[in-house]
Amino acid sequence: MNFLLLAAENATQLPLAVSNGTNWFLEHAWIVPLLPAVSFVIILFFGKRMPRKGAEVGVAAVALAFVFAVLTGVAWINHRDNYTPPAASESALVIDGGEIAPDQVVPAAEEAPTKGEVVTEGGGEAEQPTVAIHKSTTWLRNGGVAFDAGILVDGLSVLMLFMVTLVSLLVHIYSTDYVAGDRRYTHFFAFLSLFTAAMLFFVLSDNILQMIVGWELVGVCSFVLIGHWWEEKANSDAAMKAFITNRVGDIGLLVGVIILFFTAGNGSFDILTINSNIVSGGVSHTALIVAAMSLTAAVMSKSGQFVLHTWLPDAMAGPTPVSALIHAATMVVAGIYMVARLYPVFFEGMQIGGSSINLLAVVGAVTLVLAGLVAFVQSDIKKVLAYSTISQLGYMVMALGVGAWTAAIFHLFTHAFFKACLFLGAGSTSHAVHSFDMKKDMGGLRRWMPHTYLTFVVASLALAGIFPLAGFWSKDEILSGTGGWGLFGGTGGNGAYTFMLAMGILGAALTGAYMTRVIYLTFHGEFRGHGTPHESGRLILVPLYVLAGFALLAGLINLPVGFITGNNSSWQERFGHYVQPVAGYFPDIAQATPSYSLAIVSSFVAFAGIGYAFWYYFVKLDRLARATGESLTELPDGLVANSAVARAGHTLLVQKYYLDHLYTDIIVGTTKGVIARAANWTNQNVIDGAVNLAGRWSVKVGRFTYDRIDQPLVDGLANATGRASNSLGDGFRVVQTGKVQQYAALLFAAAALLGGALVVVLSL
Amino acid sequence: MTDFLNTWGLTAVIFVPLIGAAVMMLIPEREEETHKLIALLTSLLTLGFVAALMIEFDYGDAGTMQFVQDKGWIDVINSRYILGLDGISIPLLALTVLIVPSVIVYSWHHIPHPGNAKAFLILNLILETGMVGTFLAQDLILFFLFFEVVLLPMFFMIAVWGGEDRRYASLKFFLYTLFGSALMLLGFLALFFLAKDPVTGAALHTFDMRALTASAGSGIVHSTQLWIFAAMFIGFGVKVPIFPFHTWLPDAHTQAPTQGSVILAAVLLKLGTYGFLRIAIPILPGAATTWAPWIGLVAVIGIIYGGLACLAQTDMKRLIAFSSVAHMGFVMLAIATMTPFGFNAAIYGMVAHGLITGMLFFVAGSVKERFHTLDIKRLGGLLISVPKLGWILGIVTMASLGLPGLAGFWGEFPAILAAYNPANGLSPSIFRTFMVIAALGTVLAAGYLLWLYQRVGMGEPSEEFAADPGITDVNTREWLAWTPLLALIVVFGFLPGLIFNVTDPAVVQILDNCLQNADGCTAVAQSALGRG
Amino acid sequence: MLLNQFLLLAAVLFCIGVYGVLVRRNGMLVLMSIEIILNAVNINLVAFGALTDNVGGEVFALFAIAVAAAEVGIGLAIVLLMYRNRRSIDLSEADLLKG
Repeated sequence: MNFLLLAAENATQLPLAVSNGTNWFLEHAWIVPLLPAVSFVIILFFGKRMPRKGAEVGVAAVALAFVFAVLTGVAWINHRDNYTPPAASESALVIDGGEIAPDQVVPAAEEAPTKGEVVTEGGGEAEQPTVAIHKSTTWLRNGGVAFDAGILVDGLSVLMLFMVTLVSLLVHIYSTDYVAGDRRYTHFFAFLSLFTAAMLFFVLSDNILQMIVGWELVGVCSFVLIGHWWEEKANSDAAMKAFITNRVGDIGLLVGVIILFFTAGNGSFDILTINSNIVSGGVSHTALIVAAMSLTAAVMSKSGQFVLHTWLPDAMAGPTPVSALIHAATMVVAGIYMVARLYPVFFEGMQIGGSSINLLAVVGAVTLVLAGLVAFVQSDIKKVLAYSTISQLGYMVMALGVGAWTAAIFHLFTHAFFKACLFLGAGSTSHAVHSFDMKKDMGGLRRWMPHTYLTFVVASLALAGIFPLAGFWSKDEILSGTGGWGLFGGTGGNGAYTFMLAMGILGAALTGAYMTRVIYLTFHGEFRGHGTPHESGRLILVPLYVLAGFALLAGLINLPVGFITGNNSSWQERFGHYVQPVAGYFPDIAQATPSYSLAIVSSFVAFAGIGYAFWYYFVKLDRLARATGESLTELPDGLVANSAVARAGHTLLVQKYYLDHLYTDIIVGTTKGVIARAANWTNQNVIDGAVNLAGRWSVKVGRFTYDRIDQPLVDGLANATGRASNSLGDGFRVVQTGKVQQYAALLFAAAALLGGALVVVLSL
Repeated sequence: MTDFLNTWGLTAVIFVPLIGAAVMMLIPEREEETHKLIALLTSLLTLGFVAALMIEFDYGDAGTMQFVQDKGWIDVINSRYILGLDGISIPLLALTVLIVPSVIVYSWHHIPHPGNAKAFLILNLILETGMVGTFLAQDLILFFLFFEVVLLPMFFMIAVWGGEDRRYASLKFFLYTLFGSALMLLGFLALFFLAKDPVTGAALHTFDMRALTASAGSGIVHSTQLWIFAAMFIGFGVKVPIFPFHTWLPDAHTQAPTQGSVILAAVLLKLGTYGFLRIAIPILPGAATTWAPWIGLVAVIGIIYGGLACLAQTDMKRLIAFSSVAHMGFVMLAIATMTPFGFNAAIYGMVAHGLITGMLFFVAGSVKERFHTLDIKRLGGLLISVPKLGWILGIVTMASLGLPGLAGFWGEFPAILAAYNPANGLSPSIFRTFMVIAALGTVLAAGYLLWLYQRVGMGEPSEEFAADPGITDVNTREWLAWTPLLALIVVFGFLPGLIFNVTDPAVVQILDNCLQNADGCTAVAQSALGRG
Repeated sequence: MLLNQFLLLAAVLFCIGVYGVLVRRNGMLVLMSIEIILNAVNINLVAFGALTDNVGGEVFALFAIAVAAAEVGIGLAIVLLMYRNRRSIDLSEADLLKG
């Protein structure tokens, strides 16, 4: 099926996306987010009156959405392999008038295979191009231009639909037991639904404006759910911290989106337009790098990368299912998804190909190690998992930074399952001991909770990257994708990211070690809590087993090329084949070749990490505990006790690199305290003072005018006139006696006088 | 019906409230229920007229004035009675006639101390006449008249029904705005004498805004234009209020009765920004381009400064008042860009701010009524003591901080967006700096609003209110008054096209018009979509 | 012609009337003095009418008598009311017109 060649020969144009003429499920993917959205409204207004307080609506809606997502996935697989896009002349016919926007059309020549992308994969045969499904309708008009809202369905969004609905469904089921009896049970399910809807809306967005909407909506759901038990100030503080930290990153998102809108989009928010414009060149590199760096800030806050990650551990204040769904599997990967969606921006902007360092890769690499280190000093099991999540997100960001796109998305996929499993497992243990503190209230739980223990161990091994569990495949793909394995034959890739490779391998060791510590402290040794723990019910265990199953097997869907079966096997690179676009809206990235030597070395390092922790906890500590008869959580004469340097390092880790102090005490404290008060003082005393001063002076001037000018001079003149008339009147007044006869006398006298005068005049 | 609307529709909308007020004056004061009923019916009738106008309105041609009335008025100064409705006026008109009935419904059981429903409601109706008239007048003197009509009822509302410090606040409000209006009138007079016909060059001697817009400042020396614009800038700027003319606002808001605060925040502040959109910029585009960076500067100062001042407040109402300064800063920044995006964002921001801040003041009023305090330190746990009120406060808070999916976002984001690429002739680097500062302002907004909500909404209610039987949840009247506003906040959040599609043709028209005439206008010649 | 005698009589009667009006304090007598003045005028009218052989003189005299009757009617009414209110018709006490 060599479509590209055909297209080039006919000199026709290749559509990036079509709006119809494909599968019904692909065209109606918007139903998937709509279902939980409807469920949110129903639960909010009617949930309390339902027999199960609204939970049944949430579960049903998400289950239905999951079914839809699976069917969409099947449809996509079919579409990806079999769909032949119509040629340009036909594609014009595809466009309906009215609501459906014209599909983006790019000359085939611009995105014809120039490098390895199309040719090399699967060994020589040209990869069929991806044709996404894009449907949209006018959302608003501005500046005489219509802006659309719609769905963009391709491998990436279909994958996310599947992953989000699946984890959400399991978390919904889990929650019906876990939060049973909570005073805001209905409210909890309403917001789980809303979150699911917002997340699905986000991943289906066909334009970056819509992405912002989804991005913020998942943020606010996270805020509400972290602060679910807002009666305690610590919880509402955590919620606020999450929201405001994310807002800081959102500055980057807003700025980045705006830059893309004007430069790459030429006045359009449309993802396909932006991406294909960048891929075909002609977008200013300066603009792209600024946009990419701004967006990286957004990734740092949303996906918990250094230095904006501090909200994520605090977010564990929320109920555990929320941590599993939002703060492990879905929302925190929104940043990763955004980068993946707008990959040309980063790939071209940061010039990932052929380089050995860039912001994204460094942020990821630093995060994965620093977060892994902090995980060692946490005694709260959820916080360990939170730091582990940060570390794993670091892997994904690093992978995107080094150009290993498929590896990043693959890791996103596998991580969702084993991390959700770990969180739900942690929730299950806390259900038993009513605490998350491993050192105070846990220990030896494997005796009472065998199912939780089993699934937890499986997920931990997957997380640690042990062959052949899911994490092994995805992590190994990231490591080989760095292209830094140059000393031993090289793995290709987009550049020589040796530093990232080193960090990645170090991270593998750390991961294994801290998970071993968690397992020992939680499930081994003597029980340190109160009462008798018990295994959780079926509604909790079933999701655990499902997720553990995925943690066990999910890695097999993307076996590296050449693994065991040789080339051209239909079992290799399936994930990459269906998810990674081969199209004009995706950059020309090189695929790394898998390396046995690297896989062996990284596995060895992971084992070393596990081994050291095993020796420390399971051997030395356990032996000491048996000897003393106490239940210990750390060696009394360990490194920290003996070395000043180690003690300093330990303090640094316990204080979480003092970032919280910097933010809470210094930045927020100063803003809220000194600066805000100064602003208020200025307002009251300077600006308002000036107004009042002007007012007072006006009054003074007025009084002066009145007292010195108006009253004595102006008014004086007027009064003088009046007084003169008055005295004149007084003079005449005496004549008026009121006696008629006197008046008559005057009358006659006057008449006589006049008569006399007349006579005199006439006689003259 | 169509004929009636065409010939009398706009006049009816303006004067129906005044007729209602006149009828109420004839009825003795003790018949309170009758007064409330008449006031409500009058405002609903006005709403009905506006609804009819909106149905009849030709949206395809939203850029031109419709339902125009043009009658002789004061022939001596060639001032005419001209009314007209276009896409810019419609959202604001609708906002006004929606807010007034909801204020009246809210007043049903909430006539503030010292009572006297008759006078209070009459003032409301007179206010409505003034506000509606301002948005419809197409003659500068007529505009000025309505602009000033608004002042007195609001003055009395604060001075009679206000809080403890009402005398000071009301006088400050009155004098400050009057001071601005005086300068504005000077500007209008200067336009009357100086504006010339762009084609013939003959002096226009008219107050007709349409003619003046068409002439777009031609024939006026640029430096003179700058002075005229400055006079109008202060006149409108005081009303907005732009930093540093904002200090009357917190006092007026804090002292005003709830209804007064709502109307003040929801509509009165918009008269100023509307003046910029309708009068100052279209009539003097050349001067506007010179002033725009300064407007942008005071706008972003307002955003940051208002946000910081909010963080230092201890009184809920005062905090909301300062947040208005910040939000109107976004509107002014959008206007300063002089692009279609910016103007549309400004109108959206005005409507959104009207709905959201109006709601915030309603909630604050209800909190005050129940708890007899607005001290943030003493309040707490609304979600427990009055859960529905707490929820409403939560939604409105979220809307106010610009959450997508609620109305506030569509005023804020496009404003920031427009600042990236201001009209030609304006320095992009300056405006991009403004853009980043404004984006920083969104963090502050999240900070103070969430802080407010955390203190007031979350946590346990304090013990002093534990046994107070007066603390009840949202009652029917409040629901009636609030539901339309809340619904619109959500609807406008998801369907921004409802407003953008109406305003856009008018905005494009007004900016295009600037382009074709006079000096400086060529500078605005390209719309802002980055193609210039 | 005896016109001079008639004029002289009329002048005397007129002066008597004027004297009465100006000097008498009794309202009734003032009224009667006014009648005398009017009749003095009537004599003049008739006299001149006869002299010039013009009947207008008599007509005017009759007209003046009729008007005088009406005037006396109103004048008597005023005096009566004055008496009723003040129990006196002394005009020197009626000084309400004083300024």
